[in-house]
Amino acid sequence: MKKIFGITGLLIVVCIITALASESFLSGYNLENLVRRTALFGIISIGVAFVIVTGGIDLSIGSVVCLVGCGLPWMLKTYHLPLPVALAVVAAVSVGIGLLHGLIITKLRIQPFVVTLCGLMMYRGITRGFTRDQTFGFGSNYDGLRVLSTGNIPLPFIKGFAIPAPWITLLVVAVLAAIFLNRTIWGRYLFALGRNEEAARYSGINTDRMVILAYVISSTLAGLGGVLFVLDVNSAQPVDFGNVYELYAIAAAVLGGCSLRGGEGSIIGVIVGAALMQVLRNMIMLTTTRTNIEFAIIGAVILLGVIADELVKRYAVRRRAAKALAAGQS
Amino acid sequence: MSAPLLEVRKFTKSFPGVRALRGVSFTLSRGEVLAVIGENGAGKSTLMKILAGVQRQDGGELFLEGECIEIRSVHDALARGIALIHQELNLADNLDVAANIFLGREPHCAGIIDARRLRREARQFLDAVGLDIDPSVLVRTLPIGKQQLVEIAKALSTNARVLIMDEPTSSLSSHEAENLFAVIRDLRKRGVSIVYISHRLGEVKELADRVTVLRDGENAGELAHEEIDHARMVKFMVGRDLSQFYPHQPHTPGALALEVRALRTPANPQHEVSFSVRAGEIVGIAGLVGAGRTELVETIFGVTPALGGSIRIGGVEMVPQSPLDAIAAGLALVPEDRKQQGIVLGMSVRENVSLASLRRDQRHGFLNRSREAQLSAQMIADLRIKTPHDGQAAQFLSGGNQQKVVLGKWLALEPRVLLLDEPTRGIDVGAKQEIYRLMEELAGRGVAIVFVSSEMEEILGMSDRTLVMHEGRIAGELQRTELSEESVLHLATGTHSRATLS
Repeated sequence: MKKIFGITGLLIVVCIITALASESFLSGYNLENLVRRTALFGIISIGVAFVIVTGGIDLSIGSVVCLVGCGLPWMLKTYHLPLPVALAVVAAVSVGIGLLHGLIITKLRIQPFVVTLCGLMMYRGITRGFTRDQTFGFGSNYDGLRVLSTGNIPLPFIKGFAIPAPWITLLVVAVLAAIFLNRTIWGRYLFALGRNEEAARYSGINTDRMVILAYVISSTLAGLGGVLFVLDVNSAQPVDFGNVYELYAIAAAVLGGCSLRGGEGSIIGVIVGAALMQVLRNMIMLTTTRTNIEFAIIGAVILLGVIADELVKRYAVRRRAAKALAAGQS
Repeated sequence: MSAPLLEVRKFTKSFPGVRALRGVSFTLSRGEVLAVIGENGAGKSTLMKILAGVQRQDGGELFLEGECIEIRSVHDALARGIALIHQELNLADNLDVAANIFLGREPHCAGIIDARRLRREARQFLDAVGLDIDPSVLVRTLPIGKQQLVEIAKALSTNARVLIMDEPTSSLSSHEAENLFAVIRDLRKRGVSIVYISHRLGEVKELADRVTVLRDGENAGELAHEEIDHARMVKFMVGRDLSQFYPHQPHTPGALALEVRALRTPANPQHEVSFSVRAGEIVGIAGLVGAGRTELVETIFGVTPALGGSIRIGGVEMVPQSPLDAIAAGLALVPEDRKQQGIVLGMSVRENVSLASLRRDQRHGFLNRSREAQLSAQMIADLRIKTPHDGQAAQFLSGGNQQKVVLGKWLALEPRVLLLDEPTRGIDVGAKQEIYRLMEELAGRGVAIVFVSSEMEEILGMSDRTLVMHEGRIAGELQRTELSEESVLHLATGTHSRATLS
């Protein structure tokens, strides 16, 4: 809980700094866009959070976004598939990718890093292959579906700002994810095996099945994100669509309190982390003329955040240990 | 005896949740073999790690030849002539013997290792420990006993005056152990002082000039050479006579609870293991390290599924393919490695206690939080788990309380058969006795208990019947009336051998 306060505080500070540095930060257009991007990245970040809770990693997210984001309009345009069929295909592919990752990781005991790194390369390569590097979009069709990403929900009494539609999807995903993680036995199993897989297995938990589930959730939400991203921008280039999104997602999850050692994480934290990532990007875009240093700044902020968190944690552990000792002596 | 070479005064050391040392003192003379004994968790290893510079004491002083010194690092300790030979050897097994002996101190010229000098000097130290091997063979090709001697040669090459040996015979054969004793006696003759840590009392009796006993991080007593005998050592170690320490009462066994027939474990597929346990019976499994005891209970529990044979639990035949199967059949296992397999350190007491019973208590997949809280409160009370509240992370509890949490996790499921693998390893004496009482109580309630133990006293004190394992099979079965240290060791070693007396 404390961690969420910390990251929320940081988010507010960065917002204030950006607002002071650039007038356009608080413009309705900018805010709307920022909030929309936060929702889209929030969805894929929640996905990777599940994997991180188990102590694993999913590096393939950006490429899954690419595969789905390019594949959906490609199927619609090239094969004129009915929309529900095309959506069913991308859903099946997303779930299948997670299943494949999970099975290789649990049954063959190959490190998640390696498996998903290969996925990162393969899915983008496959996409570039079948699209022949052509850009695909929806043109002026499917507006009804595109509302999911581009629509706005006007707020009563407030003009100039409306809640972007992806927040509906994000809220549904976030609520379901939070209930799953915190209220069901399977969520508890994920946390337990993330901290100590062996002890979880000795306690009668089918750890392999839970790990596979985490990878399925991750790639499914990446696929959902891919659909929403392409509905939003209406044009996907296989060369760079979704490029490094996995890093934004992982960074958001880590900033939001997920430990890469596993066993820790909260959904609210991940969403705040995703927001912080987007505000940082926005700040760089608005306040500097040299947006090419974006990664330098984002990298530095995350590093400082993680170091600060580690120091606070060590201090807390030492204090608690001293307390426990004092209690034991009395 | 001359003025002490080394003197430890009032060492204290605490770790999160545990006070490992509460003011330990001892002296060591030149050319003396001092045995430091005590139960697991008494503080032996912590004490030695401080002397070797691996850890630093919180309080207390250290004198070397009358001079008060401080040891800040392993390097510091070596420079002072104090070397620790670890229980688990610290050799780079991909390098050859000579390279290991001089690791970090290779004779060189402008960074290029002088290989010939390296071998020549290595030879000299290998001779000192009676090792007739080629210095250029890879360490990993040597048997463990010889690797240990290489480690000693390495210590001697640093001009060590004080050698600390932590359980040096724990993985040696009796012949290798005899060989080691000869080397130790030879070193003693040459004026090297040796601190010998062991809980094998037979060895201690054979080797030591003096014995210092630790209990719960304090000096429990000291025995001069002529006073060293088994009963005195045990009395100091456990703080009272053995008969009072083990609350064993005869049980009237009920129906067959666990029957194992011709079971083949993946670790020892060439042997078939058969035995049975009745409700309300406590059966001990004794044997040397590596005899296949842990592998046996893990196979019964489904951690490493059996290759063949049958298991009947409460008359129902089933061979568990996973712990989940075993649990469903009414089995529970308190595993050997508490921190790795037993408990989830970062989770709370409550979450650990409920971990195995979440599935039973679920409400359509949702956690039953009130049931969980009730269960953990009950276990904290029943097992007297010392914790400020049930939300305390398990990592902040002492070893004994952690073990009680693991036990609580299983008792919540009310198992028919409870398997315990080294149930009291690394926990203090008080908690030990509570666990023994609990075993008694559970047996009284009709639970069949199987426990694996490497502690002879525990086997003698707690079991109604003992199975002794040797090299993957059950070498024999002893009724309580036939049970003695000699009879157990006779079966455990395959022969009657003095060197492995413990």
